Amino acid sequence: MNDLLVLEDLTLRYGALTAVDHVSLRVRRGGRHALIGPNGAGKSSLFSVVAGTQRATEGRVLFDGQDVSGLTEVGRARVGLVRTFQHSSLFLGMSVLDNARLAVEGSEGSPKRPWPSPRRDRRITETALTHLESVGLTDRKLALCGALSHGERRQLEVGLVLACNPQLVLFDEPTAGMSAAETERFSEVVESLPKEITTVVVEHDLDVVFRLADRISVLSAGRLIADGTPEEVRADEAVREAYLGKPRSSEPLFGTVA
Amino acid sequence: MQARTIRDDTGTGAGADVEGDGPDDRAAESGNNRTWRSRHVVLPRLALGLVLLVLAALPLFLAPYPIGLAGRILAFALLVVSVDLLTGVTGMPTLGQVAYFGTGAYTAGLVGIHLSENGFVQLAAGIGAAAVLALVTGAVAVRTSGIVFLMVTLAIGELVHRVADSMSLVGASNGLAGIPAITVVPGGEPLLLAGYVYWWVLGVFVVGMLVAYLVVRSPLGRSMRGVRDGEKRLHAIGQQTYPVKLAAYTVAGGLAGAAGTAWVAQTRFFSPGDLGFDVAAFALLSVVLGGAGTLWGPAIGAAVVVLVRDWLSTYVDGKGALMLGIVFVIAVYTLPRGVAGARWKRRPATRRPATRRPATGRDTT
Repeated sequence: MNDLLVLEDLTLRYGALTAVDHVSLRVRRGGRHALIGPNGAGKSSLFSVVAGTQRATEGRVLFDGQDVSGLTEVGRARVGLVRTFQHSSLFLGMSVLDNARLAVEGSEGSPKRPWPSPRRDRRITETALTHLESVGLTDRKLALCGALSHGERRQLEVGLVLACNPQLVLFDEPTAGMSAAETERFSEVVESLPKEITTVVVEHDLDVVFRLADRISVLSAGRLIADGTPEEVRADEAVREAYLGKPRSSEPLFGTVA
Repeated sequence: MQARTIRDDTGTGAGADVEGDGPDDRAAESGNNRTWRSRHVVLPRLALGLVLLVLAALPLFLAPYPIGLAGRILAFALLVVSVDLLTGVTGMPTLGQVAYFGTGAYTAGLVGIHLSENGFVQLAAGIGAAAVLALVTGAVAVRTSGIVFLMVTLAIGELVHRVADSMSLVGASNGLAGIPAITVVPGGEPLLLAGYVYWWVLGVFVVGMLVAYLVVRSPLGRSMRGVRDGEKRLHAIGQQTYPVKLAAYTVAGGLAGAAGTAWVAQTRFFSPGDLGFDVAAFALLSVVLGGAGTLWGPAIGAAVVVLVRDWLSTYVDGKGALMLGIVFVIAVYTLPRGVAGARWKRRPATRRPATRRPATGRDTT
């Protein structure tokens, strides 16, 4: 199996509105996949169906060869299909270390003992610390998360994702609201992720997409209209029309409309 | 306790919080170990020891009435700590803990009248009954959150109040009277003198606080704080939150039950009025006054509330509720984060502007 994530005929309807319309998609193991599309194309809906926040009306989500359509968000996180949030979403009232510990405990499904046990807690703590080290937050481990700068929060965000021991990370418009420098930093972080971690980025910023992705899928009005390498997508006529707009020549700004 | 040190480390004004990190975590971190230890480990322990010593020595100095008042403060403080476990630590504001407080008290009273005068037996029975009731009612209640949860818990409190008010087994509206004094050893002397009863109540309080601190520092406690700060995010990192909330609710219920048994061991009388809405409101008020999220803060808040209502008000012609209102208004202006959030001395400018955040707030995603 070379495909880690397979979507089969995925459909999501809100009443009469079909937000995601029979989308079939394959994400290669270790791939850097991006999902783009104009506003209202159904990116967020597709994202929530894959993440498990919403159940698909029809179709299946296969992850690592298993059907995970019936799993909740929690269940999918446990098998290694981890999502991030559009806005930085950390446990602000807790220390950086406790944030990481929560993620380690979550991914390991360790029992929630109602009393501390130094020996077993130490193992969790050590795992959490290695993840903090990998994102360069070791010396901030005791800081209150709410006291971190924006950049540090992003680092911690990645640390939390790593601590979940993911096979695939779903990024939900990660650069929304970021400055150019922060976007650059985020891109570096994604590029620095271990190769065995597959990423799927739902993104508005085309520069980021064309920089990060080795494969791009384009949604429009709930349908998949293109799927290929960045070069293929860039050259695709349907994509140009749907996403980048019609060429100016075909739509005169002045003069009489035929 | 060390719990408050997180604030000093980070220099933020964010809500004081009970942290799961032990002193060992922190000592290893610090560059200057000795200074750090003396400031963050030794001093709080000294303060804790001093407070315990003073509390234990109270019966040697005070008359029976003030001792009774002190005992009631301790029992009420334990109830308030149980409210804080849900409100401040787990982020689920509740008005229902009086239901489990009353369950513990009535159970202990009934056991005392019909079965055993032993205080430990009554304590165990009270905790057990309260925890079971909390488990059953919580199974429904914790499916909700925020204001809906507050209303559901209010309903649970009122329901238990109505049942107590009409059930002849517990004396209905007349209350449960004729509860014998407790004994500590089987067949031993009953604790008739106020000073001994106070020591029993103090013991229950100290053990209850210890349990609360252990829970907060455990993996369960970490997940509880996670629920407060971002339940959705907790799902995304693979943690089920329903069992966490139900466990927190059950533990808090058991703790409230223990508070009830301590209360009734002292008053030897319990009536529906002791678990009315005003008690629930005062308990929530104490949490806000003391600083939600820390455990020692709300305990102090409980002391302030009871002292103002029952002691200070005797000097102003029984206007206890009015006095409480004034104290609360003053507290909101001068101590927006409660007693535990007060900053006693001016600190040099912090590294970063403090992130303002309501004490029980969660980040929305």
